[in-house]
Amino acid sequence: MSSKEKTWKEVSIAGVCSKSSIGFMTGDWKTYMPVRDLEKCTICLTCVMFCPEGAIKWRPNMGKIEFDFSFCKGCGICANECPTKAITMKLPDEEE
Amino acid sequence: MKSQVKQETMALNGDEAVAFAVKQCDVDVVAAYPITPQTIIVEKFSEYVANGEVQTEFVCTESEHSAMTACLAASATGARTFTASASAGLALMHEMLFVTSGSRAPVVMAVANRALSSPLNIHGDHSDSMAERDSGWLHIYVENAQEAYDSIIQAFKIAEDVGVSLPIIVGLDGFTISHTLERVDVLSEDEVKQFIGERQLPMVTTQEGKTVPFKLDPQNPMTMGPNALQNYYFEFKRQQEEGMKIALKKIQEVNSEYAKISGRSYGNGLIDAYQLDDAEIAIVVIGSTAGTLKVIVDQLRKEGIKAGVLRLRTFRPLPVEDLQNALKNVKAIAVMDKSMVPGGFGGAVFSEVRNALYDIKDHPTIVSYIFGLGGRDTSPRDLRKIFDELTHIVKTGHVEKEVHYFGLRE
Repeated sequence: MSSKEKTWKEVSIAGVCSKSSIGFMTGDWKTYMPVRDLEKCTICLTCVMFCPEGAIKWRPNMGKIEFDFSFCKGCGICANECPTKAITMKLPDEEE
Repeated sequence: MKSQVKQETMALNGDEAVAFAVKQCDVDVVAAYPITPQTIIVEKFSEYVANGEVQTEFVCTESEHSAMTACLAASATGARTFTASASAGLALMHEMLFVTSGSRAPVVMAVANRALSSPLNIHGDHSDSMAERDSGWLHIYVENAQEAYDSIIQAFKIAEDVGVSLPIIVGLDGFTISHTLERVDVLSEDEVKQFIGERQLPMVTTQEGKTVPFKLDPQNPMTMGPNALQNYYFEFKRQQEEGMKIALKKIQEVNSEYAKISGRSYGNGLIDAYQLDDAEIAIVVIGSTAGTLKVIVDQLRKEGIKAGVLRLRTFRPLPVEDLQNALKNVKAIAVMDKSMVPGGFGGAVFSEVRNALYDIKDHPTIVSYIFGLGGRDTSPRDLRKIFDELTHIVKTGHVEKEVHYFGLRE
């Protein structure tokens, strides 16, 4: 075991703060990724509300929706909930 | 010891005594689900909430699993938190008990000890909390309603100690204590609040290098309950054990500090030794049975028999040194367990006590008595037979059998 790893006397209580979850890129878990058809999207924000990871960002100043692929796990909830079927889940190499 | 403050005398059963103590402890959140024989605690406390007598946020959950989850979450925000359960309810909390202790959340829980199904039985034994022995909670077992009241107040001060930071179970025997009306002397609310004070929080260092209190706070966001795999899980478990070690000292400190104001103490807080100094035979037990045993010891002493009782008040952390010192000169010991370890060797307390005394040179003969399962009554006349058996062992040096099922029809 590496000598850099902390001992039980050095670790913080209950493992708190050892690493902020912002630094934990869960986006690399995904198999499928959401691809949005800009013509079908009405920017209704349903996907923003349903994303369990908060990985779909609404940028009101720009009137735009952005996917944060560092945290999108590819669960497909956004595609399932989209009322206009503007989002489809694709393998990265299928992406146009 | 004499009380330094004026106290009011009330007639309360064990459950009511617990509810009354919680009322005085300035508790922020109570999340609970009712189950016999703990129900009165929750009922009584919800009355205090409805009457506006407390400022507590009372959460009626849909199950005990949710109750413990809510308590953990509340405690993580720095709130003083209480819950109560028993039997099947405690069993349903099982998963969350480990999460709570691992998260170092000092939740206080009263357990009105009751048998576990099946067959269905609502009466008192220790099967429920003994099954949670290894959940990382502190365990204190009380002898009567007065001690139930006192121990709940002490429990907040012990669990919330920054070094301890572990949840605590205060066990009171179902029905024998929970439903029996007793005289209980109570402190004033101001005295209690002054005694336990505000909840103190350990300090932690954030990613940015800031030192902040260990609590969920939007101003200082932190990750709680992270995953720790092969590389770190073990270190956190060892850290919990250190909390247990600190609790050994803290429980004794709190017991003496409390004695100063109330005039009441329970042994040294860990063990309550009765007539053990010159005892040749002794019984070790947890809970209300100790009260009956003390009366029998008085009778035996009048007859010239050197008998004693050791009530194990704190079961977790196990006070190994105290057990050794108190029992090293006793010749024969019976450990009474109000729960079974099916397929094991004797009861849970028996195993612990026998293990603790193994290293003593010429250690005493120790036998196991399983008794009172499902609330079966054990009379003083019956209990005396155990002392007679111990006397027989001392005289003959012969142990007929190590494990007895006491009060069982054979």
